[in-house]
Amino acid sequence: MKFIEKLMSIDRRIIYILIALAIIIPFFVPMGLPIPITKEVESIYNYIEDLGPNDAIIISNDYDPQTKPELYPMVKAIIRHAFDREVKVIVMTLIVTGVGLAEEAVKEVADEYGMVNGKDYCFLGYRPGWGLLILGMGVDIHTQFPTDYYGTPIKDIPVMADIHNFDDIDLVLSFSGSSIVVSWLTMAKERFGQNIAWGVTGVMAPDYYIYLQSGQIVGMLGGLKGAAEYETLINKPDTATAGMDAQSWAHVIIIVFILIGNIGFFITGKKNLKPNI
Amino acid sequence: MFWKRQIPLAIAFLAGLIFAIQYFVPHRVSQTIFDWYTDWGIVIGAFGAILGFYSISRLHITKITKRREGWLYSVATLVCILAMVIGAIVGGTEKGTFFAQMYSYVFVSISATMFSLLGFYIASAAYRAFRARTALATGLLLAAILVMLGRVPLGQTISFWTKWNPNLPSLVDIANWIMDVPNMAAKRAIALGVALGMMLVSLKIILGIERTYLGGGD
Repeated sequence: MKFIEKLMSIDRRIIYILIALAIIIPFFVPMGLPIPITKEVESIYNYIEDLGPNDAIIISNDYDPQTKPELYPMVKAIIRHAFDREVKVIVMTLIVTGVGLAEEAVKEVADEYGMVNGKDYCFLGYRPGWGLLILGMGVDIHTQFPTDYYGTPIKDIPVMADIHNFDDIDLVLSFSGSSIVVSWLTMAKERFGQNIAWGVTGVMAPDYYIYLQSGQIVGMLGGLKGAAEYETLINKPDTATAGMDAQSWAHVIIIVFILIGNIGFFITGKKNLKPNI
Repeated sequence: MFWKRQIPLAIAFLAGLIFAIQYFVPHRVSQTIFDWYTDWGIVIGAFGAILGFYSISRLHITKITKRREGWLYSVATLVCILAMVIGAIVGGTEKGTFFAQMYSYVFVSISATMFSLLGFYIASAAYRAFRARTALATGLLLAAILVMLGRVPLGQTISFWTKWNPNLPSLVDIANWIMDVPNMAAKRAIALGVALGMMLVSLKIILGIERTYLGGGD
């Protein structure tokens, strides 16, 4: 009984240490667990797989550094796939603090593939007022982004020559840790019929299954798992795949603690624990 | 009062009415109004950033000059804002500049760390608070455990029973079912409720019934 009571009042720092170990150790001792593919991720993969050099996609990096660990690997995986298919990639952001991350992601993958800015892809940067910006892009992207991020007039960028509005874009992919993704749906999809897909953080994903079932979005990447699934599909494992073992063990540790907490709760006559989190 | 109440209410009413009609009328004039509005909105957005800079500066300068509690934090905020703005204007924002270094090695790291800490708090909170007190809480607890296992690769690996009978659902299948059926049903009900509420509030704003956005109570 005493042991149970001791276990029930365990110092929160012990839990923190165990979680930290569960996350760190798998990076050094990877198990390489197989990553099952979900249909919402596969549908984005299939859509991009059918595109070619005459097609273009917009990748909107609508997240800030807080959610980088989950969303950044998704962006890189999608850009890799698009470059594999020689699809034109237009990168932009609706969040001012996401500019650096967006530029870093596209540059990193472009260097890897030997893609040239302006010819194979372009980085439009940030413009304020996302709702209006999306509506404006449906009419004319050139008026909303007169220059790219580096100040080059949009009319002088070869990759943008035949792209004027959403009629010329095959897919918009928004990556966000907020409800901005729904703005793309209401403004671009419902108003202009633009095909939309998105990548969101793990905690947000359950909110958006309704749009998958209704067929309003092409697909969805949910959390680090979604990014890892995409890395598996394009056969280019990166940080998300590496993080899967860590996430698995962290979940196991949390479940074990929940079970211990509940066993103790019943053995000790349903006494509450101190709210010491 | 006329400038602070009647004029804003009239603008809200007219703008709401025009764009409600505009959405359903695919006429050339309607499209021209829409194009004009989107261009105009971007300009307002850009001025909004300047106004934001002025507003936050004024707030913190007042706090510093009046030596209010925590005024040193205001000094830090102003120093950081000015350092980033001046750094970007003087040195640019390209890779290797002061602005880019501060962004990549300070802002990104601090933000990601703050968010990551949540994982530790959630683990500890789940241990202390997630209890099977009632039948509903037990259902929630079971669903959470199944989803947590089914949404990570380990879920597939430990679903040993699928080796005996491949027709049996794995933890991944169970987690997917929970997300696709009960989760989706609940979320759809919430989404519909929120959407109806938003429509109602929009109508109240257009008709001038809801006026809290004007400030000053009422």
